[in-house]
Amino acid sequence: MALSFDIHTDQTLKQKIINLNWGLMALITLIAVIGFVALYSAAAGNLEPWASKQMIRFGVFLVMMIAIALIDIRFWYKISYPLFGIGFVLLVIVEFMGQIGMGAQRWINLGFIQIQPSELMKVAMVMALARYFHSARLDDMRRLSFLLLPALMVLLPVGLVLLQPNLGTATIMVVNGATLLFIAGAPIWLYLLGGAALVALVPLVWHFYMHDYQKQRVLTFLDPESDPLGAGYHITQSKIALGSGGFDGRGFLQGTQSKLNFLPEKQTDFIFTLWAEEWGLLGGAFLLLLFGLVFVYCAWIAFRCRHAYGRFLVFGLMVNFSLYMFINVAMVMGLIPVVGIPLPLVSYGGTAMMACMIGFGLIMSASVHRDSRLAKF
Amino acid sequence: MDRDQDRIDTFSRRAFVVGGIQGLLLTTLVGRLGWLQISQSQRYRMLAENNRINVKLVAPPRGLIIDRMGKLLAINDQNFRLVIIPEQTAKLDDTLRRLQKHIDLSEKDIERLKKQSKKNTPFFPLEVRENLDWETVSRIEVNLPDLPGVAIDVGEVRSYPMAQATAHILGYVGAVSKGEDNIDPLLKMPGFKIGKTGLEKTYDLELRGKAGTSEVEVNVVGREVRELRRTSPSAGKTLQLTIDAELQAFTQARLLEQRSASAVVMDARSGELYALSSSPSFNPNEFAKGIPADLWEQLLADPGLPLNNKAVGGSYPPGSTFKMITALAGLEAGIINENTVVFCPGHYQLGNARFHCWKRGGHGTVNVVRALAESCDTYFYKMAVDLGINRISEMARRFGLGQRLDVELPEERAGLMPTTQWKRQTMADKVWHPGESIVCSIGQGYVQATPLQLAVMTARLVNGGYAVKPWLTGYVGDVPTHDQPWEKIGVKSKHLELIMKGMDRVVNYPGGTALGSRITDEGMGMGGKTGTSQVKRITADERARGVKQEDLPWKFRHHGLFVGYAPVDNPRYVCAVVVEHGGGGSAVAAPIARDLLLQAQKLNPRSRGLRPVSKNEQPAESFPPRKPKNLSGEG
Repeated sequence: MALSFDIHTDQTLKQKIINLNWGLMALITLIAVIGFVALYSAAAGNLEPWASKQMIRFGVFLVMMIAIALIDIRFWYKISYPLFGIGFVLLVIVEFMGQIGMGAQRWINLGFIQIQPSELMKVAMVMALARYFHSARLDDMRRLSFLLLPALMVLLPVGLVLLQPNLGTATIMVVNGATLLFIAGAPIWLYLLGGAALVALVPLVWHFYMHDYQKQRVLTFLDPESDPLGAGYHITQSKIALGSGGFDGRGFLQGTQSKLNFLPEKQTDFIFTLWAEEWGLLGGAFLLLLFGLVFVYCAWIAFRCRHAYGRFLVFGLMVNFSLYMFINVAMVMGLIPVVGIPLPLVSYGGTAMMACMIGFGLIMSASVHRDSRLAKF
Repeated sequence: MDRDQDRIDTFSRRAFVVGGIQGLLLTTLVGRLGWLQISQSQRYRMLAENNRINVKLVAPPRGLIIDRMGKLLAINDQNFRLVIIPEQTAKLDDTLRRLQKHIDLSEKDIERLKKQSKKNTPFFPLEVRENLDWETVSRIEVNLPDLPGVAIDVGEVRSYPMAQATAHILGYVGAVSKGEDNIDPLLKMPGFKIGKTGLEKTYDLELRGKAGTSEVEVNVVGREVRELRRTSPSAGKTLQLTIDAELQAFTQARLLEQRSASAVVMDARSGELYALSSSPSFNPNEFAKGIPADLWEQLLADPGLPLNNKAVGGSYPPGSTFKMITALAGLEAGIINENTVVFCPGHYQLGNARFHCWKRGGHGTVNVVRALAESCDTYFYKMAVDLGINRISEMARRFGLGQRLDVELPEERAGLMPTTQWKRQTMADKVWHPGESIVCSIGQGYVQATPLQLAVMTARLVNGGYAVKPWLTGYVGDVPTHDQPWEKIGVKSKHLELIMKGMDRVVNYPGGTALGSRITDEGMGMGGKTGTSQVKRITADERARGVKQEDLPWKFRHHGLFVGYAPVDNPRYVCAVVVEHGGGGSAVAAPIARDLLLQAQKLNPRSRGLRPVSKNEQPAESFPPRKPKNLSGEG
């Protein structure tokens, strides 16, 4: 064991490139290409306005992802907390700017791309949690005082996101944080308790926090037929589109629901519907299978990591990625209420894709540097 | 290291749990997708098609109406509509202001359009104005570059070239009223017009045609993306009338000299109507375009009732024009014959009641021919007492009175031919008095007839006793409406000849009441009968003072009537004229009838026209086939 311990610790650039997860990269690219095809179809067979931009973005972010992957995991380990701090400050700034001057804007304009700090925060949060649990012992995990800090790491940004308000992102962050705590060894009874508390909280949240439109979404979800032209419209039309696709789909560029705009937000939140309308169950299941393979691949990377930081980081990011996908697809199929969550890598949009690709960069960095020695303190 | 291993084990265990949950979720999603796309596929595919396809109706052009010569009487004119499409104009307000330079557009209109534009989707054209004249259309066309979003749209509007002259025959079209909706989806089309009166109403289904459909693919806001399928509408059928447009126009113009009058010119043998007029009239073109309220009020208030077709819908006491029926009833019953004479002292005494003849000094001794020629009332009074009302009534019915004659106009009325039974059933005083028979025998009292019925009565008297009925429509599409011979009524020809002799003398012999309206043209002479029907009972006091008709208010004056036929020796055309409150029949109605019969013989519509529209120019040889068999058609 000691013999093999140092095999990958100090690699040349060439070795690192060879050790990159080309298989994972192929999977990601395939999913992104499906996105391009869907966006091309969403614009009725045009590269403009979505597909071309998305392709360029993907190209840029792919390079960025590789760069991140090649940077030593120890560097990421070191800047985990600072990054979390920066993300938190950005979130505060946006929250206040949003409230003071710019209405509901939740993003910062970097010229070529607009960034939602909350998207980056999700990655930074996973990094910080992984950093924290890296040095934790199993006994520590049984102490509630030890768990207080990570709980705050999750709840503080979640609080800010909720203020925006962005229920979807907040939910993802909470579930993501809770999952990380869980795999790090937090006691099970905590989850049982948390689950019970959640049930108790639901009526309170319903009454005091949720906006009318959010309540409406939940109500319509429970009975979409009750309001076919109002809030239930999205779900109904999406189901019609999916259902009419059938087993082998209506054919490329032939989806009437999306072409004729019956499908809302077809290039962003409902891109999966468009894809499955035109390519049917075959196409839809294929896309879901690709996502599943990505999860398995990431889990495999996590298991191969020799340092706890890498394991938590990879697994945490994978769960984050999967949450996006589950929530989005479940929503368009009418399994959960409508929430504004994009399908990662496929939906049109810069920030979500960037956050996603940064995540995969970190995952690959952990993979390339899986044998690095990380101090434990 | 052990501890580290513990952590790794914990991690592995719990990661598997999380992974398991993920796998479960993924399976759920795939399962849901399969359920939607396989077991629910049919249902959703149908819903998607419903979403996407709109079936629009394409309105068929309404059938034309032409006269017997093929002259257009009802056509579909182009209706130029000025529309504005909000999404094609940057600022609706600006465009509308610029439009004000070209057409009269009030602030109210602008407000209305702006309000509409907010309610509708931006590609929905808003109608600014319709029925633009050609000048306005061209002015706007020239300025279109300055008027973004403005367009000229061409629709159809029903138009009647002869306007007033054919208004009562053709009727008019109007928007579908509530309650008129039936299964034809066309009626639900916005702006669709249906026949409201006249032939437009009677033949509405034939004229309407069948809707075409256009299946269009629409997007979510209803914008049409493309047309998928189209079936052409089939146009309404063309109606060819028996009317002669020239004679119709002449008749209408001739009636215009009276405040309120109506006239019918008919073929004595076939029943074809050549002219049917009611005056005053109205311009139906104003109805097709939506009539202004004040004009409508004005039409309703006019005492001449311009909206009513008095030729078929006006009921009048026929007065002396009824005497032929009484005479014929007497002849047929054997109560009189050609030699029966009656002495007329100027009145007839029945018990305590005295019934006056119109001629105060009396006619002396008269036989039936002279009684008709000079319209001696006393002769008929005496006969009526012997005949009784029921036999008179029976004869009147056989000659078309007191019943609908099934002419194609919904406005037709039945008139009234009283009987003892009728009185028993409808009046408070159930008993029929002999005095009432006396009054009815000269076409007064309860007797009511329409000008159309009088024309038919005359036709049946002079055509050899065939029960002709009047008709206006020769062809519906290519199908002739009449191809059966008329039945015989079954009265003796001898008697009919006697009646015709009397009618000849009315016009053509000294002493006749219509001698002044005699036609002197060779071979075109007419026979006929005058009638003057009382609107108001003449009191003994008035009789004593000799109050003149001209001194009475218009609405209390007598109706003047005349029924006539020509040529007198070989009757071809019959005519009935009623001048409301016009005074005596010989003075006002007979001259009109003379002009109409003379004009009819000159135009001779019987010998021309009425052929299938879409076929050759030759008159159909066997047409009009519906005429009595043993009367050979002559040129």
